[in-house]
Amino acid sequence: MDARTFPITTAAPAARSTKDAAFEYLTTRKDELIGWARKFSLFPYPFVTACCAMEFMAVSASPYDTDRFGAALPRFSPRQADLLMVVGTVTHKQAPILLKVYEQMCEPKWVMAFGVCASSGGFYQNYAALQGIDKIIPVDVYVPGCPPRPETVIDGIMQLQDKIARSRHPVVTERF
Amino acid sequence: MDTATIANPIRSSLGTGADDGSVIVNIGPSHPATHGTVQIVAELDGEKVLRTDVHCGYLHRGFEKECEDHTWHNLIPYVDRLNYVSPLVNDFAYCDAVEQLMGIEITPRCRHLRTLLSEYSRVVDHLTCVAAALMEMGAMTAFLYLVMVRDYMYEHLAALTGARVTHSYGRIGGLARDLPEGWLVRLEEILVKYEEFVGRVHALVDRNRIFIDRLRGVGTITTAQALSLGCTGPVLRSTGAAIDLRKDAPYLAYAELDFDVPVGIQGDNYDRYYVRMREMDESVYMIRQLAQMLPAGPVNVDDRRCTFPEKTFVYGQIESLINHFKLVMDGPLVPAGEVYCAHEAPNGELGFYLVSTGGGTPYKVHVRSPSFVHMGAASRMLDGGQLADVVPTFGSINMIGGECDR
Amino acid sequence: MAANDLGTLHRELVPAAGPASVSHGTIVLVLAPGELATTARRLRDEFGFDVLLDVTAVDWPDDALRFEVVHHFYSTAHRVRVRLKTRVGAAEPVVDSLCALYGSAAYMERECHDMYGIVFRGNRDLRPILLYEGFVGHPLRKDYPKLREQPLVAYREG
Repeated sequence: MDARTFPITTAAPAARSTKDAAFEYLTTRKDELIGWARKFSLFPYPFVTACCAMEFMAVSASPYDTDRFGAALPRFSPRQADLLMVVGTVTHKQAPILLKVYEQMCEPKWVMAFGVCASSGGFYQNYAALQGIDKIIPVDVYVPGCPPRPETVIDGIMQLQDKIARSRHPVVTERF
Repeated sequence: MDTATIANPIRSSLGTGADDGSVIVNIGPSHPATHGTVQIVAELDGEKVLRTDVHCGYLHRGFEKECEDHTWHNLIPYVDRLNYVSPLVNDFAYCDAVEQLMGIEITPRCRHLRTLLSEYSRVVDHLTCVAAALMEMGAMTAFLYLVMVRDYMYEHLAALTGARVTHSYGRIGGLARDLPEGWLVRLEEILVKYEEFVGRVHALVDRNRIFIDRLRGVGTITTAQALSLGCTGPVLRSTGAAIDLRKDAPYLAYAELDFDVPVGIQGDNYDRYYVRMREMDESVYMIRQLAQMLPAGPVNVDDRRCTFPEKTFVYGQIESLINHFKLVMDGPLVPAGEVYCAHEAPNGELGFYLVSTGGGTPYKVHVRSPSFVHMGAASRMLDGGQLADVVPTFGSINMIGGECDR
Repeated sequence: MAANDLGTLHRELVPAAGPASVSHGTIVLVLAPGELATTARRLRDEFGFDVLLDVTAVDWPDDALRFEVVHHFYSTAHRVRVRLKTRVGAAEPVVDSLCALYGSAAYMERECHDMYGIVFRGNRDLRPILLYEGFVGHPLRKDYPKLREQPLVAYREG
């Protein structure tokens, strides 16, 4: 069971009485509001390693511009970031670093596997490369490509935004 | 999960430093200034860096082991991803090494096109290096200008090769395809844009007081130290030594071109920045010369040992079908022998040491990587400086992880 | 340095008429392991080979002396390259380090040790550089299977 507590639901569970229905209406509105705020203010942590970095630089710069999506400001401290973008190949030597950075991020957090090497190891199938980061951390969106075109990355960010908008955002969780 | 149980992949040589009052600080590997793949363990006395221990290898993807499992032809995409900022140079250096082993002479048009595209890749590499280095010092505007030009070049190269970044365009015996219609016209438009944007960057930073204070006299290295530490390329030329394989041992079409080799004066960060800016200008000059003198003719050598036959023949003639089949399944058969072939990559001398035992698959491929050797030299440039100097010094070395760690 | 200098190099450097040749523009000298350090010093001091370009090895598992350690040198003045090759066996894969002559030898010898297990006598720092602490084996040897991974982090379930 992974640490995140945002199951994807598209419909609220059936209300048992009108009082419950009103409560559900309020909580779904709250979820939509918080989801809207979170999806348009993503603070990426660019965990950049390899060739995909070139397309990461291109998608962050003027022609393609992630700033339009609110996802422009990178935060190089995991404590201040909520979107872990794993850009490029993660090797077995790098895997402990990735896990440590992921663990240091605070909830809510999402993970984007940018490129095929992060998604599944790419075409490096040998002793050195981790065959996909989802072997060690949970991933929310996979962006394939070697490297992916900036439009693919933007599509990935938009799909992640849809996912954030659809999910529940409990203010009080069972751990808090 | 308890973070104390996460394994540590390295062992630092610096100890704990607790006795003499100095502090051990870990920079990287997940750090924007170290390009995500280098760990610098630094011993600090206040802001002054006493010693550093540079660890690379976080992007070691087993390229040399992969080589022993694929055919000579199938390796071209892997070779692209070595220095992924200038992939065409890697392609052509590798193909040149295999062609030397096979005894193949490429066509004149191919030779000129490869030279043109190598210089184009050099411009892309230096644009990226300078843009990243400036951004790490806070000059975000310069980064946006240079990445804008680089994006025009990426789209232009995608029109030629099919991919923006990792082109896989070189082929053993030639190139994947010839130039499309209008490619050279668009090239000239992009070069004009390049001059405009780079002019703006020069205006912003060259005589900027803060820029000069941060880079002048920082990360200095002498020519003797650079040669002993194996530095080549802009790092060596910034010390004042005009050592460039394109002039010293001309390959491809460089002997027919008119160009200068820019050198620095002190071997510091400012010189490395300026050498790269001037090299880009020289590359643009070379590209314009080559666009004028491009000979007509075929791009691929007519040799069935390496060149794939035309598709119409593959579907029509049994000999071409078998030839195509053999080239795909067994790979081009390279006679037994070994070769060391080096090109002047944007980072320095990029060498391929190939060992063949006569099959379609290499016995050994070794890459002489300029970035890896520069990591060995990095400690010399970082020690004795300030902590804040680590960022521009490291950025000026242009360590590219794919090439450094292979 | 022209072909007659190859003769000079051969005469002066190789005491017992070991094989020397020119391979695609590079002068190749085959030496015994004991001669490596002295030959490298003479190359640097007398013949002007001021850059150590590369240190690597080739694994020939069927040969008695399994590892062929290869050094490449470049002379910026004469614009020519030299390749030194020497053979060591699997039981004692030790050659002399060139750290005292060239600063670039340090990292390159570490890589060769990582990949092949060649021990460079005189290089005091042979920690893993491309691999990581705890990696067992030398991947570029022909008997190391390509797919044998040694993960540092336990995989998740599912």
